[in-house]
Amino acid sequence: MGRAMSLAVGKYKAGDRVRVRTDDRPGHVRTPYYVRGKNGWVERVYGEFLNPESLGHGGDGLPQRPLYLVGFHQNEVWGEYRPLGRDKLFVDIFEHWLDPA
Amino acid sequence: MPRGHHDLGGTPAGPIDRTEHQLDDWEILADAVNQALGAKGIRRTDELRRAREQMDSGLYRALSYYERWIASLETILIEKKILTKEEIDRKVTALEAKWGEP
Repeated sequence: MGRAMSLAVGKYKAGDRVRVRTDDRPGHVRTPYYVRGKNGWVERVYGEFLNPESLGHGGDGLPQRPLYLVGFHQNEVWGEYRPLGRDKLFVDIFEHWLDPA
Repeated sequence: MPRGHHDLGGTPAGPIDRTEHQLDDWEILADAVNQALGAKGIRRTDELRRAREQMDSGLYRALSYYERWIASLETILIEKKILTKEEIDRKVTALEAKWGEP
């Protein structure tokens, strides 16, 4: 679990372009506000993990959800920010927060 | 979805206070209680996060880091009917009578 660069779980693989959803979802979520609606790419497939949106409300976290390390270019996320070199941002994001881009 | 009071990444902020500080005894105790409840399977990290996220925003901003921990632990213990609000308040009153208000 976790370490492999690419696992046969979920609908995305390393290198796929993705866009973070901008859902109006009540309750506990792990997707930071600042990446919602932003375009990035799957850097790594971690595997499947218990769903924190269920765990946070006393649920059992099932079914497990695919989790990805998603990369973003800094100026995609921060707008006016002028990154030095190839500065990137990486965020762990569950599959149900991603759309193909 | 409105940005939660806990989700501040990218918002304007003042300078970072980089001075070292020591934990008070009660803060270490808060961590111990938290870990004990986790080890017994009574609370999960995501539940504590949810409790902090749903608390009143004014209160959230007014509380220190470990005060938020304690408040969220209290929420979970009451939700799971392990303690009642009355039991907790009664104990606090008794401790204050013995030791004075914090």
